[in-house]
Amino acid sequence: MKVLVCISQVPDTTTKVGFTDNNTKFNTQGVQFIINPYDELALTRALEITEKQGGTVTVINVGLAETEPSIRKALAIGANDAVRINAEPMDAFFVAEQISNYAKNENFDLILTGRESIDYNGGMMAGLLGEMLQLPSVNVITAIEVENGMAKLERDIDGGRERLEVKLPMVGSAQKELTEPRIPNMRGIMAARTKPLTVVEPIGAQANTQTTSFENPPAKGACKLIDPANAADLIGLLHNEAKVI
Amino acid sequence: MKIIVFAENQEGQFKKSSLEAVSYAAQIAAAHNGSVIAVSIGHVSNDKFAELGKYGADQIFNYSQEVFNTFFGETYSKALAHATKNAGAELVIISNTYSGKTIAPRTAAQLGAGIVSGVISYPNTDNGFNVRRTVFSGKAFADVAINTSIKVLAITPNSFSLIENNKTASIENMDAGISSDTLASKSIEVARASGKVVLTEAELVVSGGRGMKGPENWHLIESLADILGAATACSKPVSDIHWRPHSEHVGQTGITIKPNLYIAIGISGAIQHLAGVSASKVIVAINKDPEAPFFKAADYGIVGDAFEVLPKIIEAAKSFKSQQA
Repeated sequence: MKVLVCISQVPDTTTKVGFTDNNTKFNTQGVQFIINPYDELALTRALEITEKQGGTVTVINVGLAETEPSIRKALAIGANDAVRINAEPMDAFFVAEQISNYAKNENFDLILTGRESIDYNGGMMAGLLGEMLQLPSVNVITAIEVENGMAKLERDIDGGRERLEVKLPMVGSAQKELTEPRIPNMRGIMAARTKPLTVVEPIGAQANTQTTSFENPPAKGACKLIDPANAADLIGLLHNEAKVI
Repeated sequence: MKIIVFAENQEGQFKKSSLEAVSYAAQIAAAHNGSVIAVSIGHVSNDKFAELGKYGADQIFNYSQEVFNTFFGETYSKALAHATKNAGAELVIISNTYSGKTIAPRTAAQLGAGIVSGVISYPNTDNGFNVRRTVFSGKAFADVAINTSIKVLAITPNSFSLIENNKTASIENMDAGISSDTLASKSIEVARASGKVVLTEAELVVSGGRGMKGPENWHLIESLADILGAATACSKPVSDIHWRPHSEHVGQTGITIKPNLYIAIGISGAIQHLAGVSASKVIVAINKDPEAPFFKAADYGIVGDAFEVLPKIIEAAKSFKSQQA
């Protein structure tokens, strides 16, 4: 069983988001970077599956050398090897082109990623890879078991849950409930230093979209405080003043 | 300009998010002398199609073959790409629901189209084709240019109003020629909670944090939500300690929502939580700590004990609703 897990590096969730260069670039100053939390769940579940029934887990990232600490962390958590496509990730389409180009000759049984990155929130990777590799894709997976070349899955659907079966190979995106993240132990951290991390040069793909500028949301006006003794007044305010009920 | 809209149905009923998408497309069509083709996939009875015309569809492409009885990204995206090519459309509009997110990228890849998800603005075409989207789970906006001839936009539910247009749409039965024999996926069971408001599409949301002290007190949250017709939600710690299901967790690593009203009870308002809810039109924070960061992000605040305050609000909501009825 060969599993590929696509990871991206994102700002830590406590980051105050700001921009530089006339609001065209994310301000990375003082920002701690982490493996995208959903990607980490995908990785952990991939390890659980391969530990149970044998196999290997490869992590792949499209990024410049600055993402290597996150890739090493993925190796410390337990991935067998890693690939970094040496390119600035320009947009989701560009990244998917790079990953699918790498994956097309590698015969992965399962390709997993997070349901979205918590920085750009595109949520497109599983679908783009599925189409580019001509594989089924299932988003927001909350459970997956693999047996006899078949994945038994649960996924979130609007307003509920669906159980389904998909013949491997397939692409899936991890939703929160999939598993609990693992903290790498000292042995894992030591082993990660010598695990193979292959750097691959990108293919000439183009980005279809370009972010031209960023903006922070406007600050909220003052909060109108209601005396707790008159808490019932809230309903009237929401109806007459805010006009939302 | 011809515009394709995915008119998603759930058990034969068009969803509100789909009607928002049709309204959105109709506004763009009106500004660009274009027309709107709503694409219905799966079985919908003919009398429902008038609703798509009501919100501005000029034409309906109806893909009702058996292969579409269950939803899969592989098949639905093929129908949508088929419709786009057939119509010679330049723009595809999809609501960014779970199903929308599944088919939008597959459709874009088939069409070689640039795709933007989480869109919260109408396109600006003064100089190229630009839309605004949320990024960093609501901590910022990004303006994005799309440079392909066909464009796919996945628009955020609850971001655009329903606008009646009163057109009579013509219906065309279509066939994308997809065989179910080749399908690798099989649906085993679909479970939807009946009678509950879906959190991702809810206009009103009542949410609880650790200040609720335990799952046994959630009847207060549920009661207020029921009276208002709201969905229930919770903070990350609450879902982490299993007081509530993960599917209710809103915030940066949970669901990002954009309701008209978000009532946060016993939630301090950590930056990760605010990221997921700050796009709400009106925010109410109820917390006994006057220093809780949520008061800086809220429109209305009550500094008080949830267990004293909530029963009063529930009573007021009850009498308000009975007066309305």
